[in-house]
Amino acid sequence: MIGLNHYLLLGTALFGIGLYGVFAKRNAIAILMSVELMLNAVNVNFVAINRFVQPAASLGQLFAIFVIVVAAAEVSVGLALIISIYRQRRSVNLDDFNLMKW
Amino acid sequence: MSYELLAPEIAVAALGLLVLAIGLLLPAHSRKAVGYLAVLGLAAVLVLVIANFNREAVFFAGVYQVDKYTNFFRILFLSAALLIFMMSSRYNHLFGERQGEWFSFMLFATLGMMIMVAAGDLITVYVGLELMTISFYVLSAYLFDDRLSAEAGLKYLIIGALSSAVLLFGMSLVYASSATTVFTEISGALGSGPEQPALLAGIVMLIAGLGFKISAVPFHMWTPDIYQGAPTPVTAYLSVASKAAAFSVLVRLFLSAFPGLSFDWHLVLAVLAALTIVIGNLTALPQTNVKRMLAYSSIAQAGYILVGLVAANSYGLKGLLFYALLYVFSNVGAFAVVTAVEVEEGDAELESFSGLSRRAPMLAAVLTICMLSLAGIPPLAGFAGKFYLFAGAIQAGYLWLAFIGLLMSMISVYYYLNVAKAMYIGASRREERLLVPTSVSTALWICLLGTVFLGVYPGPLSGLTELAIAIFSIG
Repeated sequence: MIGLNHYLLLGTALFGIGLYGVFAKRNAIAILMSVELMLNAVNVNFVAINRFVQPAASLGQLFAIFVIVVAAAEVSVGLALIISIYRQRRSVNLDDFNLMKW
Repeated sequence: MSYELLAPEIAVAALGLLVLAIGLLLPAHSRKAVGYLAVLGLAAVLVLVIANFNREAVFFAGVYQVDKYTNFFRILFLSAALLIFMMSSRYNHLFGERQGEWFSFMLFATLGMMIMVAAGDLITVYVGLELMTISFYVLSAYLFDDRLSAEAGLKYLIIGALSSAVLLFGMSLVYASSATTVFTEISGALGSGPEQPALLAGIVMLIAGLGFKISAVPFHMWTPDIYQGAPTPVTAYLSVASKAAAFSVLVRLFLSAFPGLSFDWHLVLAVLAALTIVIGNLTALPQTNVKRMLAYSSIAQAGYILVGLVAANSYGLKGLLFYALLYVFSNVGAFAVVTAVEVEEGDAELESFSGLSRRAPMLAAVLTICMLSLAGIPPLAGFAGKFYLFAGAIQAGYLWLAFIGLLMSMISVYYYLNVAKAMYIGASRREERLLVPTSVSTALWICLLGTVFLGVYPGPLSGLTELAIAIFSIG
């Protein structure tokens, strides 16, 4: 029987993969995709918690919808920024963006 | 319910849309009107908030809370935005025909902050936070042709998205342990006794996610790059208002959702605050770019403000609110001078400030006084703020933290006075006087008077902060 823990483990694993991607990838688009993976891990968490902890209410699903909407806005702004930097430098590789030292 | 108390948020949203539309419709040569409209509109909203300061209401079963604490921070955000609109009047020309949109994005960032401070629910916090952050992504990349600015925008996007994912994961774990997202219900659902590991992980992730926004060490790596690359008025707003917004959420979250935990979050925050103060000040020492130096100094200042939440007693919280407001005056004053010099010289390197006292005595004096206030020299405002913060820490038994704070404040005097030395002793490359338009000098005067007045006579503001923190039940 699949329970809450399985879903939370799935969510945590997805979150971990996304986190690894953010730090390991050098391509800005790939990093954006990794962040999306992290946000979707959170959505899995919210929906599963809603189902198992509080089946009568729909607060977690509501939160997941908010996350989806805001993530869409975030990605559209993010892609616009990446396009604008690509026009300038002809690159989306983070290693090329080192005018300021970290 | 008295919905008219939501008027400030509605007015700022309407003003943002109006400014956006008018900026597109007006012919290029009369775009200046957009700035005046934004300033007048914000001033009207500020008056509205001050007039209704004592009225309180809770909306939608605790989801949105308008109380004196909310009003205090609303005043802070609105006055910061006003000062920045005034001081950026010359810098704005760099934005070309996209000036109107710049004001509109700044207004939406302000709206996001106002939602954050009033939020009594995790979903509302998240939506407000993202409204603010997404506006700031665009704002930091606003100089299209500037390579540093584009780089700053991209870096802020990655770090901002990462931090909100961490914050959300923390929220989901808190939701799992309490089955609610409303702060007051969370504290009821958690009860007392030992916490589940999931809840602890959630709280730690909440601290990490908001730690990115206040740029507490070790979540500070993004700060210098973005502060240096972003347009200077945006940097000023990012450093004073977005930090204050994240602090306002931290305080409300911890004091109304997690008051009875046996987990000692005070100690976690105390270690973060100590690290932030030490590393922020030490890395500011070798900087040669004044904008980047102010970025590191703002990391250190966030550490001082965090001390107030560590103490979480009446002195500490009073200090937190007091410091957040005086930081608006002192830091916006400093950034206004940096903006004026940058417009003239093209960069904010330390050499550009040499001999500034002869070219623009007013600018040099304001920058010196604001920096001395940030360093905590009496009788300026920074001293009064630090006095409350460290008194709170000592009262709460964090003597070591107050000691670190005092020691590092003394070290910070070095790098602040380094700039003053360049301005008063250094030789200037050019001799002609530096132009300061009326709107900029008005902003400078307000910052200067605010910094001096709050230091000499802290009584009224301290009374106001006492009213604001009365909503929390603290010892």
